[in-house]
Amino acid sequence: MKEKIISIVEAHGSDASRLMDILLDVQTEFGCVSTDAVSLMATMLRISEVDIVQTLSFYHFFNTNAVGKYAVYMNNSVVSCMMGMKDVVDEFEKQTGVKFGNTTADGKIGLYYTACIGMNDQEPAALINGVVFNELNRQKVRDIVAGMKVGIPVQDMVAHYGDGNNANPLMKSMVHNNIRKAGAVVLADYTLGIGIAKALTSDAKSVINEMKESNLRGRGGAGFPTGMKWDFCSRETGVHYIICNADEGEPGTFKDRVLLTERAYMLFEGMTIGGFAIGAEEGILYLRHEYTYMKAYLENVLKDMRIKNFLGNNILGRGYNFDIRIQMGAGAYVCGEESALIESAEGKRGEPRNRPPFPVQKGYKGKPTVVNNVETFCSATRIIEKGAAWYNTLGTSESAGTKLLSISGDCKFPGVYEIEWGMSINAMLEMVGGENVQAVQVAGPSGICLPPNQFHRKIALEDLPTGGSMIVIGQQRDILKDVVMNFMEFFADESCGSCVTCRSFNMILRNAIEKVVSGHAIKKDVENMQAWSEILRKTTRCGLGQTSSNPISTTIKNFPELYDARVKDVDYQSDFDMQKSVEASCEAVGRSSLIHELAKVNIN
Amino acid sequence: MSETIKFTIDGKECQGTKGQLLVDAAADNGVYIPILCHMRDLIPAGSCRMCTVKVNGRNMAACTTPAEEGMAIENNTPEFLDIRKAIVEMLFVEGNHFCPACEKSGNCDLQALGYKYQMMVPRFPYAFERREIDATTPKIFLERNRCIFCKRCVRVIKDEEGRSIFAFKGRGTTLEINIDRKLAATMTDEMAQKAMDICPVGCILKKEIGFVTPIGQRKYDTMPIGSDIENNHQ
Repeated sequence: MKEKIISIVEAHGSDASRLMDILLDVQTEFGCVSTDAVSLMATMLRISEVDIVQTLSFYHFFNTNAVGKYAVYMNNSVVSCMMGMKDVVDEFEKQTGVKFGNTTADGKIGLYYTACIGMNDQEPAALINGVVFNELNRQKVRDIVAGMKVGIPVQDMVAHYGDGNNANPLMKSMVHNNIRKAGAVVLADYTLGIGIAKALTSDAKSVINEMKESNLRGRGGAGFPTGMKWDFCSRETGVHYIICNADEGEPGTFKDRVLLTERAYMLFEGMTIGGFAIGAEEGILYLRHEYTYMKAYLENVLKDMRIKNFLGNNILGRGYNFDIRIQMGAGAYVCGEESALIESAEGKRGEPRNRPPFPVQKGYKGKPTVVNNVETFCSATRIIEKGAAWYNTLGTSESAGTKLLSISGDCKFPGVYEIEWGMSINAMLEMVGGENVQAVQVAGPSGICLPPNQFHRKIALEDLPTGGSMIVIGQQRDILKDVVMNFMEFFADESCGSCVTCRSFNMILRNAIEKVVSGHAIKKDVENMQAWSEILRKTTRCGLGQTSSNPISTTIKNFPELYDARVKDVDYQSDFDMQKSVEASCEAVGRSSLIHELAKVNIN
Repeated sequence: MSETIKFTIDGKECQGTKGQLLVDAAADNGVYIPILCHMRDLIPAGSCRMCTVKVNGRNMAACTTPAEEGMAIENNTPEFLDIRKAIVEMLFVEGNHFCPACEKSGNCDLQALGYKYQMMVPRFPYAFERREIDATTPKIFLERNRCIFCKRCVRVIKDEEGRSIFAFKGRGTTLEINIDRKLAATMTDEMAQKAMDICPVGCILKKEIGFVTPIGQRKYDTMPIGSDIENNHQ
């Protein structure tokens, strides 16, 4: 083991800022990162063991103990549950003989849950040793477990490949693109090199001006004007970096998955254009761990672009040097926040930074850095190709261009849609075949739960802004139990924990909604949830905490009747249920509780 | 060159240096903004959120926001008094704090803020988290039940090569403070004492010595927290 770890650490230049890669490689090699491995790495990197453990323990997909030769990570986010996760889980447990959260006694199969893996349009889905298994059902689970028992490699269990590049020999994935509507910008036909050639024959300032005039705003959800971000960053001196945020972790979004699969060249071209504009020579694609299955394909795209001289030294003979490396994540929603992403890319815990300074001033390795979303870079490529004026003919006056929506849940045609900003929710539901809709979760858990009387509203930055997640919730769903509770569980798990209010309130609010669902809550509890959501929003550092109470606050506002139906209008109700508490013991001893029975008589 | 600027806190005219952190600038003007994680001259953590104030209408942490000319800061408003009380209550329900049995009682910032904001019964349900005590290192007891994750020890206590002796482990509700057993074994008495002194609560305790100053004669037994700042400028 020792020699192997030494060679891994040395392969990454014995550089502590590459700790993420080192840990990933060690885990790939040994199945986990043991205490001995930590000790050896600490000595080699000249940092303390606790500094390795702080990164190691932060990410969902790092393990200190073996997780099984086959590690099944079942997506337990809302839409997976809607689409029948329960049966799949039950079948996995039946076939393996262990419950989720455990490994079989022979160490062969481990069963675990994980948050949204970006496959909401083909749920229930799971990752097994990094390979995606979508549209699972009981029969498929029986086949998979049978295969594991006889030791078939996971990749060999993928019988059919998905469409487009999913079938590429370097991807070999069963994932479907589910592109339902291609628009004029990112999913329209694309030819490599037009944008970059245009950019390199003009100058950095003109590129930034074109971006500013296009009115493109960040597609990750926050909507910050891209041209302005590039401009701010370009004004700083010294080394610059450009980073693509491909950590799409908002439950319900999967549009970047499709862009990475079908528009990788367009994305890297956009990063190169951005790099040229701000004066960066190095770019990083921060790819979420769940998308590891694309890594070999994406590496090959980079290689091809280097061969064609769209990357590397003296690009297209214009004297500009630029290259891109891929940084894998390891499972942390908060790393979608740009400063947390930078911390992670530096090998640290993904804790958001305090601002100021902003990343455009002090970002990766303390240098001015632009972080943009996958779709933003793809849009930039098209804008430079076709011009800002053309781009402004699309969308609304305040939201130029198109937006990719990831639509899933209770609708006939889940998938990726490129729409012009300005479409109403009603029109969207018609497009996706959504009927008897109780609510639409706009912009994922951190967005809003929208009731039918607001379905006339428009998908646009000035009305309903979204990074693209749209979950259609049918009449048959129990919103508080199936949706809100799941979302709050997610936020409590994903809070980095470094701010008091985010760490504590998400736990407190998760417990509070559980109390409502279990029928123990009173009116005052709901008022408290509202007040506490407000404190959380006001005091927390980053966007996670500022929006994580939205599942509760927007349903209290938009669906008060759901709470009224569940809470009692009394001053006090005990959390303790005597009857329930003694049931099990009464059953075990085969007797009934005399005091308990008498109490019942007295009440009646 | 440092540039002198003017700003107001709850209407009071203040002077400071441009770029100085608001919490320090306020203290220099005799205004106490409560803090648990901040220490002057240390890179701010911005983690306890106690110092949240309104700057020109926006909520900001005073320990991470640089002072600028003309800022209008709201500090002791009913809104923030309640928020601060809520944060103190939250820390009390999140960990397991039993003041009467704690060596830091009377020297504890969290306890002192509990008194300052007149906390009676926390409004939040207790979490009853189970946290492990680490007494394996020669000089220090790590009483995790009392940790409030301020990161002071993480930021300050390093060995001779600059390596961390304390660090976080886990995240969210599984977050805990971790101590490097190998490096902690090399700590001097002075380092251990410093670690205990900077800990705003009773999480880091130096072994073999305790209750040197009797309860009743300790820092906050004789004067409420923040009064040193407020009294300096009367």
